[in-house]
Amino acid sequence: MTTTLPVPVPTRDPAPGSQPEASALAEISQETLALTRRLFVQLQRRPSTLVAGVLQPLIWLVLFGALFAKAPEGLLPGGISYGRFLGAGVIVFTAFSAALNAGLPVMFDREFGFLNRLLVAPLRSRSSIVLASVLYITSLSLVQSLAIMGTAALLGYGWPGGAGVLLVLVTLLLLVFAVTALSLGLAFALPGHIELIAVIFVANLPLLFASTALAPLSFMPAWLGWLAALNPLTFAIEPIRAAYAGQVSLTAVVLEAPYGQLSSATCLGVLAVLAAGLFLLIRPLLDRKLT
Amino acid sequence: MIELQQLRKCYGGGKARGGNLAGGVLALDGLTLQVPAGSLYGLLGPNGAGKTTALRILCTLLAPDSGSVRVGGVDALSEPRAVRRLLGYVAQEVAIDKILTGRELLQLQGDLYHLQTSARNQRIGELIELLGMADWIDRRCGGYSGGMRRRLDLAAGLLHRPQVLVLDEPTVGLDIESRAAIWGVLRQLRDGGTTVLLSSHYLEEVDALADHLAIIEAGRVIAEGAPSVLKAALGGDRVTLRVREFSDADEAERVRSLLHACAGVRQVVVNQAQGFSLNLVIEHDGVIEQLRRQLAEADLPVFALAQSRPSLDDVYLQATGRTLMDAELAVAGSRDPKAERKASM
Repeated sequence: MTTTLPVPVPTRDPAPGSQPEASALAEISQETLALTRRLFVQLQRRPSTLVAGVLQPLIWLVLFGALFAKAPEGLLPGGISYGRFLGAGVIVFTAFSAALNAGLPVMFDREFGFLNRLLVAPLRSRSSIVLASVLYITSLSLVQSLAIMGTAALLGYGWPGGAGVLLVLVTLLLLVFAVTALSLGLAFALPGHIELIAVIFVANLPLLFASTALAPLSFMPAWLGWLAALNPLTFAIEPIRAAYAGQVSLTAVVLEAPYGQLSSATCLGVLAVLAAGLFLLIRPLLDRKLT
Repeated sequence: MIELQQLRKCYGGGKARGGNLAGGVLALDGLTLQVPAGSLYGLLGPNGAGKTTALRILCTLLAPDSGSVRVGGVDALSEPRAVRRLLGYVAQEVAIDKILTGRELLQLQGDLYHLQTSARNQRIGELIELLGMADWIDRRCGGYSGGMRRRLDLAAGLLHRPQVLVLDEPTVGLDIESRAAIWGVLRQLRDGGTTVLLSSHYLEEVDALADHLAIIEAGRVIAEGAPSVLKAALGGDRVTLRVREFSDADEAERVRSLLHACAGVRQVVVNQAQGFSLNLVIEHDGVIEQLRRQLAEADLPVFALAQSRPSLDDVYLQATGRTLMDAELAVAGSRDPKAERKASM
């Protein structure tokens, strides 16, 4: 794939020592774009990740949505059908799963020694390596989410409308940032891909079940309700569910948690703090491996 | 151009207070090395001697426990990025992305070194020409042979025209043709003013290529100099003698004591591994005639007699007290592959 770089790179004398510094931003963009492009070329030539990533949530939506199709009306809050209820959960879970896997390519690069190729290069900032992963995973999970939303609409489970879509995407972005940070941190902290896959495996489904993705809080025993009300997935699911119900206001209450009422704004705030916190938390890990 | 001073590195086991070992494996033990600019420098040593560790520290992939690293006067520990620009590194285990084509890998590499797109593509064209990669450079790396991968990796190391090229065992496991191609390129680079530092455990490779060499064992330099100077410094010629195709120990010992008494014979060793042949070091050519006379007088036949100048293997033997092959066998058991792998990730 020969691509022209959209970023103008100032001429630099290849003979070092003199090193007239090119603009840091231009160099970081060049590195990051090149690394991101590599990930997309891989995806393009090995699209199974993307195919499975779209197929799996679709199967969830169709099969799981049908599971409770005959549930008595009025069972769910707002009297909506189970398929409608489930949509928000599946969208969030799709983005979450994709982001949780973000560390895998990095781990394989570590194991195959490709990371060393990057580390002997005079990268302006080694954050480029992390940034490339974040860009890749974010766009991948947004594409997947949009595919799910489209299918959900076709299945008659609704469409959140213009402002609603925006709210959905912002929510997903925050969640993806947070989980990607976590996964990349693990990719640098754990000894190998076996361990990373084990952690992903263990984290994945319990986080789904202990959230409001499959059932509302009112269905759960108190202890599970507490867990679900503290689960980051819930903070992403509820604003999206509200958006699907036509409620785009940021201040309206979207969740009656055991510890109080939560608005969309609160949920987004929690996700933002979580993402920022996780990125700060993994900094020392990255520094140890990358500097 | 390259100055390594008193490098110490210990894998695993953690360091006890005062830098002492606590159950770890000592890879470098005060290694000191100076590589002159524009030279082709060989690091010779058995597997496990610390060659790779030294090169990884030089290339800023690994931090030493103590010691200093300077490249072109720049301190690699405090200014790693400046040093990375000066260096091209061709690692021992070729790290390529199987999904990318060779050309895409080089393009990626060019972007990591911040080359301009047009300059980058022109340079890639030159290297394809230089290393004969035109036929397969647009195929995916996954299908490359060992020789193709090596050449691609060498091209990647040369892409930014580094002042210093560092290669870790560049021809291990290669066919003769690929090896010759790589040797040719390395000589060409040296002639063009690039400083080339390569590690090897092939004596003949270092002998054929290097202007300078250092013999490394157990993490330190034990001999250093130009191959010709080192060989000349040993002095004397080597003679291998067999009185019969297969002698027994008694006869070999008898011949040994007979020849040992000859004037001009410095050393006689019975080589049990080669059917009790005798390895001699003699002062000068004339000694050979004397040997033949002595044997004839003692009524002993001569099955084979070969004479040679000191080889690098003799230099190695002199410096370490054992041959390179013996050293490899001895070292194999004392490594900690797990800790080394961990440090390399």
